[in-house]
Formats: sequence, structure tokens, C-alpha cells
Amino acid sequence: MSEQKKSSLVIENNFTPVEYDPQYILMVNALKKYFPIKDGLIAHTVGYVKAVDGVTFNLKRGTTMGLVGESGCGKTTTGRTILRLAGEKSGGQVLFNGQEVYDLTPKEMRAMRPKMQIIFQDPFSSLSPRLPVGEIIGEAVREHKLVPANEFDDYIDNIMDKCGLQPFHKDRYPHEFSGGQRQRICIARALALNPEFVVCDEPVSALDVSIQAQIINLLRDLQEQFKLTYLFISHDLSVVEHISDSVGVMYLGDLVEYGSTEDIFSNPLHPYTEALFSAIPVPDPNAKMNRIVLEGSIPSPANPPAGCKFHTRCARCTERCKHEVPKQVEVEPGHFVVCHLYDKE
Amino acid sequence: MAKKSEGYLSAREARRISRENRKITNAYEKARKRKNVPESEYLTQMHDPNNSVEFDNLHTYFFTDAGTVKAVDGVSYDVPIGKTVGVVGESGCGKSVTSLSLMQLLQRPQGQVVEGEIRLNMGNGKAYDVTKAPNEVLQRLRGNYVSMIFQEPMTALNPVFRIGDQINEVIELHDGEGKSEADIKARTIELLEMVGIANSEGVYKMFPHELSGGMRQRVVIAMALACNPRIIIADEPTTALDVTIQAQILDLLRNLKDKINSSIMFITHDLGVIAEMADYVVVMYAGRIVEKGTAEDIFYHPAHPYTIGLMESKPVVGKKIDKLYSIPGKVPNPINMPDYCYFKDRCEKCVERCSGAYPEMISLSETHKVSCYRYYDKKEDAK
Repeated sequence: MSEQKKSSLVIENNFTPVEYDPQYILMVNALKKYFPIKDGLIAHTVGYVKAVDGVTFNLKRGTTMGLVGESGCGKTTTGRTILRLAGEKSGGQVLFNGQEVYDLTPKEMRAMRPKMQIIFQDPFSSLSPRLPVGEIIGEAVREHKLVPANEFDDYIDNIMDKCGLQPFHKDRYPHEFSGGQRQRICIARALALNPEFVVCDEPVSALDVSIQAQIINLLRDLQEQFKLTYLFISHDLSVVEHISDSVGVMYLGDLVEYGSTEDIFSNPLHPYTEALFSAIPVPDPNAKMNRIVLEGSIPSPANPPAGCKFHTRCARCTERCKHEVPKQVEVEPGHFVVCHLYDKE
Repeated sequence: MAKKSEGYLSAREARRISRENRKITNAYEKARKRKNVPESEYLTQMHDPNNSVEFDNLHTYFFTDAGTVKAVDGVSYDVPIGKTVGVVGESGCGKSVTSLSLMQLLQRPQGQVVEGEIRLNMGNGKAYDVTKAPNEVLQRLRGNYVSMIFQEPMTALNPVFRIGDQINEVIELHDGEGKSEADIKARTIELLEMVGIANSEGVYKMFPHELSGGMRQRVVIAMALACNPRIIIADEPTTALDVTIQAQILDLLRNLKDKINSSIMFITHDLGVIAEMADYVVVMYAGRIVEKGTAEDIFYHPAHPYTIGLMESKPVVGKKIDKLYSIPGKVPNPINMPDYCYFKDRCEKCVERCSGAYPEMISLSETHKVSCYRYYDKKEDAK
């Protein structure tokens, strides 16, 4: 193997470590997650799929951050990497309550798990068909010994009631429930552990519009009751705008823009964000459409374009974008964008 | 014996239903399998020659072992030539079954059109009733006069054939008389370019798995447009796609429709997409139409409580609301429908008459029709 090829397989991991700030429950700094591509007889690594490539954001306690982007841009991988569910990270930091998640021993990690939970995308495949609902919700509670055995039943009833399920649902199996009810079971399962932080990975995209509204309302009510912090992953921008306090826009493993919901939606800065928002269909037959239609499709994350990853589809691309990787710039307080157009230097 | 629980069926009961069903469906299948059906049997007249399809009191039932599911129960609407009709509703409301009835691609023998007509305008004052047309005639119609864009582009394409061969097949079958292989290939390449695939020669030789979701959907669209169909049925063509790709596909469909002057039946549950694409909108609930009208009627003056609920339960970008409205309750069991208004149990605007028979369609304006008792009184007051 040539020297050049070998050097391309080394994952760069230079970043300035962040100091813990107690107002943030979660601090993600230059987080990277690469998946190796194996080839050849002895399956050696020939390259990486750069699923998450340097994502930086902070999440305040009790708020919701929305993460949007096209499919394949690394939204879900970001969520799973934060929870240490996708193997080891490839670089960067994840500070949960000031504690680097990836430094924990398996025993410490186990103690940490109840604090951070996930609601999965598809309520049809994320519930075990062989377990009754009471067991699905209660299994982890028992494993982590969160409540004494004599209070266990009442505890589960209470959680199910909060999530809009009836006590007699406990002995039923997942196949007896509709999509919306299954999603309630998933939510109850996550909340039974009394978490502080929940990753909601497209919790409503598999559901009908009227059921969607029920689940969104439920998530908001529970957030107030339990003082939860959500990372809300979705490709439905209207839902994200409704539920989030801050929004991050991802493109090909990068967080291209990040700020408060009002800032992002009223004043999108990155050309990709603009294009994404202009593509939202508005339920008004006479609405004027100034649509920015992106040409082509998202490039392969295994071999992303040099310079700014968006330059191949960007309408405002300059010569500089093709060679130089842009840095994160704070345009307004709390509104970050990764684009040369806003880089004054 | 007391009922164990709602929806419970004993094995004996299920067998009895299944035997009865077989009797009914066998009769339908026998009528369908006759040979040399004279054209007069399925030849009809369009009520309005400017329509390309007219659904008239369509009833499509599924005879299952648990009972008869009235998937489509008395649906009537028209698709005018050169216009787009959007059909909205939740999953299971019968919007896909309506379109499958038009294509006669229902899951047979369980699924049968038991009543009503679907009149297809063949031009020159001729019209066919596709529910009575024999298979040989339908085979000439499908893909040629009526074609369908399916929801999941991955499952709609055959994974073991190349893209080019799959499109060639459609052209050969319907439009291939006197055409050489090279002609057909040229037409396929032209179609691929028309739907915006840049590398058309390359894609011609590719397999479906080599393409992304958006590209596959374009191929499916190219295939549907291969024979310049009069009616394109788009069954949730963008549901599986991202917003940016969705915008591309919608643009494409709009432009192509004008180019070949055909009608589109656009089925979706996304009200935003409907507002953008449709000239006329049909709102379906539990197998029936609850409201129909022009896009302006439906979006600016929604009348049926279900339509209003549907619109309020979807968050809109740029509109800040504290709590989303959610329609209470759930869709009634399709096997055991109530005899009053199907929406009554979920409706917050019920009036006394709602406990009566299912409300008939009532006209609010020339184009706008709704089936709800709340408007009966207003109409009568006005008189």
C-alpha cells in the first residue's frame, strides 16, 4: 500500500477540548463517527464512511433541540453515538453532565444508562413481539433496581397512565396495538427509567397526521412534568419547528447551521438551510413559491467532496469553497453557521 | 354464549364466513373469466365529456374471514381532463383501494367491486366501464391509458432486471408495433432524460439497487409515462422521499403533466403537497368521501369537522401554536361500521341529527360538497 493511501486511513482527531458549563446537560464537541469499509481477502480497511464528521453543539437543560437533514446525512448516527450505542466514537468529545461518556467503564456506563434514553424510529420493529407490554416497559426498571419489588406494579401502572395507556394493556402483546399506541409504549419504556435526556429518533414519521399530533402533545406534556431534555431527530421541518427550542441542520455528517428555532426559521443563513426550508410544502393553494431546487442528490459520505461538502449543489458557491473547509462562525449570539459566505476573514 | 371480547370469532364462525365468502367471490370470478365478452357490455357514456375518469357510486369490498370490509363504500368523483385531483385521508381510509379499483389491480378474489361504475373516457365519445371490462381489454388499458406511480420505488422495480429492460418492456407491450429494438431503446433513453436523469445511458444498464431513492422514483415515473397515458395515478409518490427530492419530483410531475396533457390522481396524506399540486381535492374518511371541492374551497373554507381537524393537527412552518389539535378517538372498526355518521364518535361539533342515518352529500357551492348535518340546518335556514 502506498504511503498516501495509508495516510488517508488515519483519522484526524485535533480539537480544542471544552470546559464543562453546568447550564448544559449535554456538550458535544467535534464528535466524529466513521464506519470502516472493509475489502479484500483479509478484510482490511480501505476507507471510511464519514457518518458524523465533526459535530459541535451544546444542549441546555430542559430544552428540545431538533436535528434535521436529508436521509443519510448522519442524524440518527449522531443520536446513537451520543448515547454510546454505535460502538466507539472516532473522535471528539461527548460530555453528559460534565462527564465524558466514552471514558466510563462498563459498570459506570450501566449506572449512567437510565439517565439517557432513546425512542426509536419505527414502533413496529422496536418492540419485542414475544414480551407482554408490562414486561417491555418494566424489564429495564427491574434490571436497574429503580423501585422496590412491592411497588413495582404500581410504578409501571403510573408510567403507563402518564403515557395514555390503560392498566389492562399490561398483559397484551405489541401486535394487538395500533401504531400510535405502540409509540406510546416506546415512550413509556424510555420514561420508566426516569431519564434526564431522551433522544427521539423520528418518533412520529411512521404515524398518521392525527396520531402525530397526539404523540407530539404527549411528548411536550411529559417534558414539562419530568423536566426532560430532548434531542428530536426528524426530517419533517414543520414538526421540528413546533417542538424545538433550538435547531441543528445537518448535511453529509456536518452540522452546517445551528441556533435557536426563531433564528433558524426566520433567518436561515446557510444556502443548504435556505434550500431545505424553501422546499417545505405549504398548505395554501395560492402560496407563492420561491423554491430553490437543489440539483442532483446527496454525495456519498464515503467520498465526500473536497472543501465545503455542499459546494457541488450550492447556488452561491465560490472558488474558495472548492478547496478550503469552512469553519463554524457565530454570526449572531447563539447562531452558528459553517459557510465561507459568513466568514469575514 | 356471551361474546368473549369485541372482534372475537370462533373457529366455526370463521369457517362459516369463509364458506359464504367463497360463494360470493366465485360468482364474481366466474363472470370475469368468460371469454369473448361483447363490447356492448362494458361500453358506456361519459356524463361529462370533459372528464377523463368518473367514479360513480363505487363500492369495493374485501371478503375476509373475519367479515366483509367495506374499504370503499359509495365513492363518486370526477377527474377532469388536464387537471390534478388530490385524494387525502389517513391510512386505511380507502384512497389506495379507489385507485386500485380503477386499475383493476385489487387483491382478488377477496377484493371485488360489488357496485358502481368507473367510466374511463376513451375519446371520440366512447367510454369503458372498467369494472365490467374483461381482462384482455384491461391489459391494453393499463400502462397505456391509465398508469400508476407506486409508493415505494424499491418494491415497485424488479431487482433482477436492468432499468432499461424494465422500461423497454412497457413500450414493447403497448406501443411496440413496427418498432425495432433500437427505436425502443431510443425512446427509453428519451424518457430517462425527460425525468431528469443526467447519465441516462449509464442508468439504462444499471440495476435498481445502484440508484438512490429519488432516482428510483424518477425511473418509476418514466415507466409510468412511457406510453403517454391519459391518466396518471400517483399513489403517495413522495412519501418515502426527503423534502428536497420531493420538491424536485413535484416540479417534474407538474411539468410533465402539461407536456402530455394528461390528468393526475394524486393520493397522499400530506396536505402541503396537495395544496401545491391539486386543482380539486377529495377528502376521504373510513371508505367514504366526507368533503370534495376545489383546492381553494377545501383550504380556505374547510367545512367538514374531519377536514378541519386534519388541518389543525398538522404544524405549519411560520405559525406558532402552543398545543396541536388532535382528533380524539380512533377510526371505527371497518368490519362493523356504525349506521350513523362514521365521524360522530370523534366529532366535537355534533348536532342532534348526527345520530340519524349517514348524512347525504350536500352542496355548499357549485363545486364544494360536504356530507355533514351541520350544514343541513344552515341551508334550510337560508331558504
